[in-house]
Order: sequence, then structure tokens, then C-alpha cells
Amino acid sequence: MNAIAGSFLRGAFALVFGLGLWQFVVWATGAPPFILPGPARVFSKLWEMRELIAENALVTITQIIIGMILGTALGVSTALQLAMSPLSRLLMRPLIVFAQAIPVFALAPVLTLWLGYGMASKILTVVLIIYFPVASAFYDGLMATPQGYLDLARVMGASPLRTIFRLRVPHAMPAFASGLRLAAVSAPFGAVIGEWVGASRGLGHLMLLANGRAQTDLMFAALIVLAAFTVALYFFIDRLGAWLTRRFAGPVG
Amino acid sequence: MVRPPSIVLEGEASIAGARLFSKLRLELPAGRWTSLLGASGVGKSTLLRLMAGLDTGADFDGAIAAGDGAPLTGRVAFMSQNDLLAPWLDVTGNVILGARLRGEKPDMQRANALIARVGLAAHARQFPHTLSGGQRQRASLARTLMEDRPVVLLDEPFSSLDAQSRADIQELAGELLADRTVLLVTHEPGEAARLSHQAFLMNAHGLSELPLPPSSPVRAVDAQDTLAAQAEMFRRLRSAA
Repeated sequence: MNAIAGSFLRGAFALVFGLGLWQFVVWATGAPPFILPGPARVFSKLWEMRELIAENALVTITQIIIGMILGTALGVSTALQLAMSPLSRLLMRPLIVFAQAIPVFALAPVLTLWLGYGMASKILTVVLIIYFPVASAFYDGLMATPQGYLDLARVMGASPLRTIFRLRVPHAMPAFASGLRLAAVSAPFGAVIGEWVGASRGLGHLMLLANGRAQTDLMFAALIVLAAFTVALYFFIDRLGAWLTRRFAGPVG
Repeated sequence: MVRPPSIVLEGEASIAGARLFSKLRLELPAGRWTSLLGASGVGKSTLLRLMAGLDTGADFDGAIAAGDGAPLTGRVAFMSQNDLLAPWLDVTGNVILGARLRGEKPDMQRANALIARVGLAAHARQFPHTLSGGQRQRASLARTLMEDRPVVLLDEPFSSLDAQSRADIQELAGELLADRTVLLVTHEPGEAARLSHQAFLMNAHGLSELPLPPSSPVRAVDAQDTLAAQAEMFRRLRSAA
């Protein structure tokens, strides 16, 4: 409990320091509000436009969460598929790496063309962005089971499938947790990219719109909401990951 | 338990063209403890892994056969220096791991009895990281017994324990694995002197039999004849290297 209170306190200090630094830069450079609005201005804009921002944030957050779930499911099943079959390793791994080599940014317009301006194309960019980190971290974890355990399973007469689900999968949980952490910080990225390319709703769309009308304070307000959500998502996933690691690997990891 | 078979291994092994051990013959009599002593790298563990049907990284040219002519597969249990307990399972979960891995329904009554037998009844719900090294190896022993295989292969299972825990678990294992065909690979002359019906020194030239007291195992740690055998084994081990 004390540790949590302490970490909140440290977070609060960091927040005050960050806001102070921001305000200091505004004063020191004398930048006009349409170039760099101060924190007070941004937060009053945030309050003033709270309904508009909340409406758009809800869209973006929904896309991120659905994309996270689908991308994780897809990554997990790919990793399992690769771990189970040498043939799929041979055929699919190069394909997956190649797919990862294509920047999602470049792909986003095509996805919008295929799936339209709605949520589906943004969910897909999120899925594409987190798929690889989840699949690759989990796959590495699945293949890193110490040989001793596999020998033991073999001598015990374990079936290959049960060896995967009862030994390899639990062993891979800490690696899976690292994949999830990476996914949590990059998923919002995917949604915003999708919205920038073409959307009628969402925080990314709102930022683009505000920027185009020189409403820098609104853009910053939307940006802060997105960043705050990303931090909250990361915090949650990090906790989940720490729990998974403790549960499956013990306190020493 | 079904009747333990005798096992004969005959052959030679090399790694990438380099000779690991030349042609040798190792016979494990049925229901007896055989110890294999020798310096690191002479192929003791390779022999043990060959009998367990595991990959060794060596090319083995020869044959391994059970005295009753039936295959060894499914009749072997294996215990190593690393206790290989799954950190996400409690003691009970680890003891019934074999059944789970085979998709069988575990016999919980038997598992609980074995956990009590190795002195872990009060720790059955604990996870491995909360146990001492000695307790972990006891849990591992309970799991080995749960498998109820007539042949048990022990690859330096007690070498990482402190002297006292080691002496305790040697006695426990000696008692609980009596009447099985056991191969114990060890660095420790004292362990071989206490636990074996027969013991061999292994080096690049092959196997040579080591002297043992006439009494039957498990022998007391401080018995004069055990200590004498241990001293003689130690001397032969050092001069062989």
C-alpha cells in the first residue's frame, strides 16, 4: 500500500515538474498561444470542449481496446502455430517478418480504401501494429523452455500438444508480458495513424482538425487526453504483466 | 510396480568424430542400484541420457536392451541435478505433472501419500520458490515416485544440496527406490559408497569396477567400511584423471 502511495506521490511530483517546465518554456520564449499555448490555456480548453473531446476519445479508446484484444489473440495464435509446427515456421516466419517490414503508415491509406472511414480500418492498423511484438515475444518465450523440462516431459511420455500447453505456454508467460507491454504503448499510435489517414471521428481526427484551424490549444488538449489514456493503459498492462510473471515464474523471474 | 528389468548397454560414442568413450559394456542388474563415478566430460550423463531415450548430441553406435526383451520406453523415470519443478505449480501440481502431461486423471490419494512420505505434507500447497533446496529435491523425488517406473535414472540429483540435506535425501531415496533398477551418475564417492550395489569408475578407456562394502545399502554415512570404500573410490577417481 505504501509503495503504491509512494509511486503516486512520485508521479504527482513529476507531473508538477513537467507542467512547470512547460509553463517556463512558454514564458522564456514568449511564444504566442497559437504556436505554444501554456498549460492553463490548454486545460481550460480541455474543460470547455470536454464533450467534444470525450466523444472523440471514446471512439479512439474503443478502437485501441478492440485492436489490442484482436491483435493479441492473433499474435498468440500465430506464436502457438509456429511453435507447434516446423513447417509453419519454415513457411510463415519470413512472411511475418516481411509483413512487419512494411510501415503501417504506408499501409494505412490502403486499409482506409478497403475498409472505409469507420472504425474497422483503425482497428486493423492497431492490430497490425501490435501483432508482431506480441507474436514475436510470445514465440520466443515458447521456444525458450529450458531443455531439462522438455527432457522430463519426454521421459514422462507427454504428448507434444500437452507439452506445449502445460510446459511451454506457462514458461512463456513472462515473455508474453513483455510483448503486451510493447503492444500497450504502440497501440494508440496505430489508432491515431488510422485516423490521420482518413476519419470523421476520433482524437487523431480532432487533432488534425484543430491543427488545420490553428486551434493549437485544442490540439494539445486532445493530445494530453490521448497520452493520459496511453499511460493508464500501460500502467494496467504493466501490472497485469508483473502479475503474470510472478504467477508463472516466481518472484525471482 | 511391475518387475524391474535388468538393462545392458553396449557400444561406443563419439561427438563430431571425436571419441567420447570407446566400446564398453554396462549392465544394470534388475532391482539394484548401480553408480557411475567419473570426472566431468567422460560421458557419464551421455550414458544415462541414452538409456532415457533422450538426445545426447553424440553418435552412439551400439545397443541398449532390457533383460526381458521389452522396450524401455515408458518404463523409465528421470531425475536431474536441477529439480525441474514448474514454478507455476505448487508441490501437489508438480507431483502430478506427469499424469497431466499424458492427459491422464491423476491419482490424488497416491500423490498426497507420496508427498507425506517425503515429508512435505505441510508444504503441499506451497510453490517451489518458497521451498529450500532440500525440500525442492524431495518434491522432485515424490514426482519421480509418482511416475512409478521400474527403472530410475538419477543424474547427480543431490549434488547441489548442503551436506546435511544431501545425507537425508540419500537415505530417503535409497529407501523409496529400493527394488528398482537404478542408475546413479555422481561425482561424489561418498554417495556411491552409501547407495550402490555396484559401482563403476568411468574414464576414456571404459569402465572399471569399484570396491564396495559387503553390507547392503543404504549404508550409514559414518560406518567404517563405507568410509574406507569412499576413500578408495576417491583415490581411484583422482589417479584415473
